[in-house]
Amino acid sequence: MFIRACKIIFLLAVLVPILGLADDTAALPENYCSWEVVDYAIEKPLCGLGGDAQRGKKIVSDGHLGNCLACPQLPIDGIEAYGTIGPSLDGIASRFTEPQIRVRIVDTRNINPMSIMPGFYRDPRLINRPGKPYRGKTFLTAQQVEDVIAYLVTLK
Amino acid sequence: MISRKLHVILLSSFLLVVATGPLSANEVKSGYEYIKPATRAMQDDDFENPGMFTVERGMELFNEKQHGASKACSDCHGIDGLKMDTKSIARYPVYNEEEAGIVTLQKSISNCRNNIGNKALPTNHPDLIALETFVRNRAFGETVNVQTDGPMAQLLTKGKTIYQTRYGLIDMSCSHCHSLYPGQMIRGQKISQGQGNGFPAYRLDIGEITNLHQRIQQCLTLMRAEPFAADSEEIKLLGLYLMSRSNGLKIETPAVRY
Ligand code: HEC
Ligand code: HEC
Repeated sequence: MFIRACKIIFLLAVLVPILGLADDTAALPENYCSWEVVDYAIEKPLCGLGGDAQRGKKIVSDGHLGNCLACPQLPIDGIEAYGTIGPSLDGIASRFTEPQIRVRIVDTRNINPMSIMPGFYRDPRLINRPGKPYRGKTFLTAQQVEDVIAYLVTLK
Repeated sequence: MISRKLHVILLSSFLLVVATGPLSANEVKSGYEYIKPATRAMQDDDFENPGMFTVERGMELFNEKQHGASKACSDCHGIDGLKMDTKSIARYPVYNEEEAGIVTLQKSISNCRNNIGNKALPTNHPDLIALETFVRNRAFGETVNVQTDGPMAQLLTKGKTIYQTRYGLIDMSCSHCHSLYPGQMIRGQKISQGQGNGFPAYRLDIGEITNLHQRIQQCLTLMRAEPFAADSEEIKLLGLYLMSRSNGLKIETPAVRY
C-alpha cells in the first residue's frame, strides 16, 4: 500500500511538470529515436549508435555544443572549470553505470523532476517556447549524446 | 528499490521547496554586489561610465523642442528635469486605472511626448531609451518602491508564475538562475539576483544601453527561447515582478553590467 502510494506520488512528481509544459504543436523530428527509461536507466544506446570518447570530450567542453562546462566541473586539463552549479564529474563512471549515465544526459528529469540540467535528448515537444532556430530540435544529436557518454564512462 | 524511490521523492520534494522558496526581503542585493571591482569603479565614475553618454543624449532630447512639437519636456518638468518628482519615478512600473494595466516608465514618457505633438516612436527606439535612461537617472539614489498591493497583487502573482516557468532549449526558469544560484558561476559569469534597480544599464558584453525589458529578452535568447515581444503582456508582467523584487534597493541608473 505504502509502496503504491509512493509510486503514485513519484509519477505525479514526474508527470505534472512535463504535462504542464508540453507544447505539442511542434512535430517530432524524423530522425528522432525514442528511448525508454527502466529502473532509472536507459539501457540501449540512442538509435543503436556507438560513441567516440575523443569527440565526446570536445562536445563536453564546447560552449556551443554540450556547454557542459557552463554548469558542472569537469576534469579537463587546460580548461578552467567555469561553472559551479552542477556537481563535479570527476569519477562519475565509478558512481554510475553507462545506462545510468545515459538517462542523466538524455533527460535527467526522469531521475529528478526538479533538475535544472537541460535534457540533451529530451522530446522536443516538451520544450516550452523554443527559439525559432531550435524548434523541433534536440539539444545534441543522438550521435553527440553517445559520444559524450563514451567520454564520461572513461572518468573512473 | 523502495528506499531508492523514497530517496527520489524526498529529494524532489526538497528541491521543490528550495526552488519555490521566497527570496526573503533582507537578502535583496543589487547586481552591483556581484560585478568585478573594475566594473564597479567604472560605474561609479561619471567620466568612465559609458552609460552617461546616453543620459546626456536623453537630457538634450528632454530640453529641446523637437520638430513638430508644441513644447519641450522641460517646459513642464523644468530645465534638465529638475522639477520631476524622483519619488514617483521610483514607483515605476505603475498601475494605470484607465488602461487597467501596467505602464512602464518608457511608456509614460512616450505618452507625454505624443501629447505635445512629437512623432510617435516605436517601443525601445533609441530616443525613448535615452529619455528613459535620463529620467531614471534623475532618481539616482532613490529607493525602488513598486506598488505591491491593490490591483498590483494579482499582476505580481502572474509575473511570478512567468518567472518560475521553464523556457527554451536550456529549459530553465529565471528563478533557477536568479533565485537559486546567485553568487554561483555560469559560463564564467557570476550570477546575480537579476534585479532591476540598475536599468537602463550599460552592458559591457554588447556595448549598449539596455532597459530591463531588453535585458529580459536577452536572457531568454540565451536560454534558446523565443523572447517575449516588446509590449507583450508577458514582458510587462515579468518586468513588474522583477522590479518589485528590487523594492528597497537604490536606483543605480546607468549601472554598468556584464
Ligand atoms: C544548466 C546547468 C547544467 C548543464 C548545462 C549541464 N549540467 Fe549536468 N548537472 C547539473 C546539475 C545541477 C546536476 C545535479 C543533479 C540534478 O540537479 O539533476 C547535474 C548532474 C549531472 C550528472 C550526474 C552527476 C551526479 O553525480 O549525480 C551528470 C553525469 C551530468 N550532469 C553530466 C552533464 C554533461 C555531460 C553535460 C553536458 C553535455 C551537462 N551535465 C550539462 C547541471 C547542468
Ligand atoms: C542559464 C542561466 C540564466 C537564466 C535561466 C536566466 N538568466 Fe538572467 N542572467 C544570467 C546571467 C549569467 C546574467 C549576467 C550576470 C548577472 O547579472 O546575473 C543575467 C542577468 C540578468 C539580469 C541583469 C541583472 C543585472 O543586475 O545586471 C536580469 C534583469 C535578468 N538576468 C533577468 C532574467 C529573467 C527575467 C530570466 C527569465 C526569463 C532570466 N534572467 C533567466 C543567467 C540567466
